[in-house]
Amino acid sequence: MTGLRYVYAVCRPFGTPLQSQLTGVGGDPPRLLPHGDLVAVVSHVPEADFAEEPLRAHLEDLDWLTGVARAHQGVIDALTTVTTPLPLRLGTVFRDDSGVRTMLEGQKESFLGTLDRLEGRVEWGVKVFIEADPAQETPATPSPKPASGRDYLRQRRMRTKSQDDLWQQAETFATRLHETLSGSADDARLHAPQNPTLSGVSGRNVLNAAYLVPRVKSEEFVERVDRTKDGTPGIRVELTGPWAAYSFAGEEAAGQEGT
Amino acid sequence: MTVVERREIALVDLLDRLLAGGVVIKGDITLRIADVDLVRIDLNALISSVNAQVPSPFEESP
Repeated sequence: MTGLRYVYAVCRPFGTPLQSQLTGVGGDPPRLLPHGDLVAVVSHVPEADFAEEPLRAHLEDLDWLTGVARAHQGVIDALTTVTTPLPLRLGTVFRDDSGVRTMLEGQKESFLGTLDRLEGRVEWGVKVFIEADPAQETPATPSPKPASGRDYLRQRRMRTKSQDDLWQQAETFATRLHETLSGSADDARLHAPQNPTLSGVSGRNVLNAAYLVPRVKSEEFVERVDRTKDGTPGIRVELTGPWAAYSFAGEEAAGQEGT
Repeated sequence: MTVVERREIALVDLLDRLLAGGVVIKGDITLRIADVDLVRIDLNALISSVNAQVPSPFEESP
């Protein structure tokens, strides 16, 4: 069985071998497929799971998606220790090696350009949460039972006002943080705020950003984020990374901002 | 930095990157899955996994 080719990333050729026990998507070890000045990192995957129709169906299955996402990330992570990979979107599949080579040949210029832009850089994720959901906080500070309709309306107005204040405060905080961090990063991207039901973390996500930072400046960047953490009560800052530059791999991220 | 690295990566953070980031390439197989569809599939997969008692439409970004 030869299978299809799942492609994780495109890199410049690198000398260091990958960890031998590394397994990728579907348990297949990642292999290097060199072509000219580029190397594609691929796994052989079964057609029964990765042809268009089964793949589409599988992607709706969160357990399956989680497995593939973790395996994909595992390979990208391993690559990050030996080179600067250009990660591809999850689920990029080719029929055979020659399909992958044709793709490398066709996109050569754009890949090399993007790899130059990302060289020696990593991505840091920064999220800002409003710590306590005001709606949940209400029962903790019980207000006297409204004596009249007018009382009720006044209480409701006050609750709405404190909610607005917290939002306002969080928004100001997040905007300022984003400006500061953008200033010490080569590039920045905003992701959609995460739904608390899905992320399983407490609080409301008001900023979900990614910053492209030179490796050598990472420590400084992390310290900068850390310093903001104890600043404002009710607001929580979370840092993730270092990631491969997933959020900066696309063409729309090709440094065209502000040109 | 090492502390962050050792912690298990949250799935949502991973999917933010794997399903919305990365280079989109027209593969032989995934040419139509690659872009917009995948983001929608992502949402469907997540929503269907959310506890049924919580009716949770995925929030649109503001």
